[in-house]
Amino acid sequence: MIFDWLSSLIGNEIIAGIICACLPLFLFILPFALVAVLMERKVSAHMQDRLGPMRTGYHGIIQTIADILKLFQKEDIMSNEVDKPLFNIAPVLTFIGSYAAFAAIPFTSNFIGTKLDLGIVYILGVSSFGVVSILMAGWSSNNKYSLLGAMRSAAQLVSYEIPTFLVVVTLITVTGTTSLLNLSEMQTGHFWNWMILGGPGLNLTKFLLIPFMIVGAVIVFISTLAEVNRTPFDVPEADSELVAGYYTEYSGMKFAMFFLAEYANMFAVSAIVSALFFGGYQSPFGYLGNLLGVSWLVPFEQLFWFTLKGCLFVFVQMWLRWTLPRLRVDQLMTLCWKYLIPFAFANLLIVGLLVVL
Amino acid sequence: MNLYNIIFYLFAAITLVSAFFVVTTRNVIYSAFNLLLTFFGVAGIYVLLGADFLAVVQIIVYVGGILILLLFGVMLTNKIVNVQIRTGATQILPATIAVGAFSGILISLLVNTEWKKVGTALPGASTTANLGMLMMNEYILIFELLGILLLVALIGAATIARK
Repeated sequence: MIFDWLSSLIGNEIIAGIICACLPLFLFILPFALVAVLMERKVSAHMQDRLGPMRTGYHGIIQTIADILKLFQKEDIMSNEVDKPLFNIAPVLTFIGSYAAFAAIPFTSNFIGTKLDLGIVYILGVSSFGVVSILMAGWSSNNKYSLLGAMRSAAQLVSYEIPTFLVVVTLITVTGTTSLLNLSEMQTGHFWNWMILGGPGLNLTKFLLIPFMIVGAVIVFISTLAEVNRTPFDVPEADSELVAGYYTEYSGMKFAMFFLAEYANMFAVSAIVSALFFGGYQSPFGYLGNLLGVSWLVPFEQLFWFTLKGCLFVFVQMWLRWTLPRLRVDQLMTLCWKYLIPFAFANLLIVGLLVVL
Repeated sequence: MNLYNIIFYLFAAITLVSAFFVVTTRNVIYSAFNLLLTFFGVAGIYVLLGADFLAVVQIIVYVGGILILLLFGVMLTNKIVNVQIRTGATQILPATIAVGAFSGILISLLVNTEWKKVGTALPGASTTANLGMLMMNEYILIFELLGILLLVALIGAATIARK
């Protein structure tokens, strides 16, 4: 574990804990956000038959860094009528909500913030801080677009938590664990051990579970997509109706905080989907390190696969964003309450029966 | 003073200070957001007591459910209907008597109960499995009854919404 190693190196639990808590941010989220923002612009551009940023660096690869420098210099504009304390806290709270989830996400078998037994339940729990912060931002901005966006967003997040939770409960009944680390450890070996293909072991139940696991994976992907407010579920920040939704009034670095939190969330939900159904950090073909007998290589391979799977799902999210039109608010609620939740319930019942039998 | 002590005092301070502001602030929205901190602090104390499942459920139910419902209610009435909601002190004398009596009961319970002392070490294993066993075996009746109660509340809410 990284924490034990650090605390033996430094000799102080507190400092080691703080360093350990900062690691995912500096090693992962910031570089990821840099890459993902550029990726989004490039993906959208190529889907619309444009080129996207081309001037800064080769094919625009340092465009995001230039943008961040620009954001740093921007004036922090705050209108007179905003509720100042809440207006200032909201961006920080948003980021806290999305960053707290990273404490329980296993990057490799050695690199996980905490070996929490309730990993996935904890992640679903802390995501509610995001909802509160969105309401806070919308209310304190004192702007009707912001408030409407916040209301829509909170309603959407609260509704879509239910199908996510039901699918997670389905998985818990199959695997008997709520820890993402144990869950990923269970799906070791090759890709036919992944939960989407019925989980480890080779018996009749595994093959019977496959269709229900695929349904579960689709449901959890759709509902987590809605939870990060991405198109086709971006009614909270619907540009053509609500300017920019709950962060209409924000500028400069505070806007950047919302932006960073959104990208951190995108990666977090991708990591959750991959940890639940696609083996997490496990390699689909076995490890080169094990083959060659160099055990230190394995964690790096795991990090590679984890990042690759995460980025793949982030790419799918972007792909959907630039392909599908936005749902209306009523369609959004219909999709959740009339389709996803009943399907998730039926899935849970059938999987429960299969596991008992 | 080790790490756990520091964390305990931190969470206790968060809980107490924010609970104080929940009661004293004049603005309902501020009360609601301070309540977030109170719930968070209580969850932290649960974690330190080794009740990990309870802590996570505390966050999910209170922050993710009740607090958001509360905020919804306040915001929809406050900003859209243009009603100023302010809290104030009314009925001071009965409130003082009630609070005094209740805290007297709590303190007498605190003093008179024989607390079961377990080791000072934090329980390492997760409590989830044991809790599940207890709920499904020993307290199954209460568990099912609570389920029925929630179902009744859900049907009631749907019926009211249809009118």
